[in-house]
Amino acid sequence: MAESTTTEVKKREPLFSKKNQKLLTTPLNDDNPITVQVLGICSALAITVKLMPALVMSLSVLFVMGVGNVVISLIRNAIPNRIRIIVQLVVVATLVIVVDQVLKAFVYDVSKQLSVFVGLIITNCIIMGRFEAFALANKPWQSFLDGVGNAAGYAWVLLVVAFFRELFGSGQLFEIPVFGSNIPGEESGLYALGYFNNGLMLLPPMALIVVGIIIWVQRSKNRELIEEN
Amino acid sequence: MDTNSNGYTFLFATIMVVVVGVLLAFLATSLKPLQDANVAMEKKQDILSTVGYPKAETSREEADELFGQVITEQLVLNSKGEPVEGIEAFNVDMATQLKLAPEEKTYPLYISEKDGKKFYIVPLRGKGLWGPIWGYVSLEEDLNTVYGASFDHKSETPGLGADINKPFFQDQFAGKQIMKDGEFKSIEVVKGASQGDYQVDGISGGTITSVGVQAMLKDCISFYLPYFNKVKSNSGQMTMNAAAE
Repeated sequence: MAESTTTEVKKREPLFSKKNQKLLTTPLNDDNPITVQVLGICSALAITVKLMPALVMSLSVLFVMGVGNVVISLIRNAIPNRIRIIVQLVVVATLVIVVDQVLKAFVYDVSKQLSVFVGLIITNCIIMGRFEAFALANKPWQSFLDGVGNAAGYAWVLLVVAFFRELFGSGQLFEIPVFGSNIPGEESGLYALGYFNNGLMLLPPMALIVVGIIIWVQRSKNRELIEEN
Repeated sequence: MDTNSNGYTFLFATIMVVVVGVLLAFLATSLKPLQDANVAMEKKQDILSTVGYPKAETSREEADELFGQVITEQLVLNSKGEPVEGIEAFNVDMATQLKLAPEEKTYPLYISEKDGKKFYIVPLRGKGLWGPIWGYVSLEEDLNTVYGASFDHKSETPGLGADINKPFFQDQFAGKQIMKDGEFKSIEVVKGASQGDYQVDGISGGTITSVGVQAMLKDCISFYLPYFNKVKSNSGQMTMNAAAE
């Protein structure tokens, strides 16, 4: 009697299974890189004076994390253990240089506004943090989702902070005045009624306070995030 | 293959470096024309901003178009104040010129004539805290009063030295003077409150950059003194000739 060989059928996990979806959604809230993991705070303070640079920074980090996580995951079995941090660093640095060159060529004004902060994406702990914690031990698609999820979590916090800072600090959103004109001698809208822009909003301490308020709101909605002291 | 062996580690590192190097070199070379065009247009924006075309109100494309109309003459001068032929003023690289010996330097000068008034725009380049700083200063026909100034930098500290490219710092220079009683005095960038026609306020927390601007103004403008003296004596001659007729 011939033995029937049954080949093991490996069930391929659907691209957007529950588990994979969680990789995208958890960093948006419960495991948010800025408000929960407390990473990437520096750019949350420096880049959020106006919405446009915050948006460009978010897209840059999204690109670096998405592509970076995939690259690291693809070569994860080939990286010699002793130089793995160096390899991660090289991957981040290369991707950031790519971003920097592209910005200088295609959106020069924004690249000037971001100035030294583009290079500082390399030092953004979120990126190396996810490489080490996730991409090194997981498959490319999952790593991509994790990268995109964390970048999205970072992005929404950045955009919310920038929204409030630009609105109350300059009376503008994406450089479009929303409260009227505040040119001396030609005041209109709210400014004609005596409203002044809040200069403090343009300074880093206010950014930290806004991030603190976001953390406060988040924790009052999700009691589990509060540490036991 | 044992990924932790010395040989493999070396091989991996070498291949990684080569791949990354090739990739970045290719990217940088392909994008260079676009980047250089952006930088050139910004240079035009900066020069125009010193003669009444604020950067915030003139886009790079507009500056590109207006430049030819607003800047009526471009000269390249040597250290004796004599015009040098055969060199494009716009293409002179101040960074390279700075490193040459004084007798070998050739700096550009931009002249703009508007509504019967003539302005002389002097390019500047110097050292900030973390890297180079540069700018343009336009002088009125008396070659003494400043009409406008614009500054920029590569990597000064954001919020501190980097603010030399903001209007609040640049607008101070309008109306200041560089000559006192026939002698070149330049403009000082001071700590604390500035007084008079020869000083402007420095940036709090950006002392080294401010001092860099001061030094840059003095060193670069003094190069043009021989040429300016010639222009002044020529116009003095013309005034005397006109009076004699």
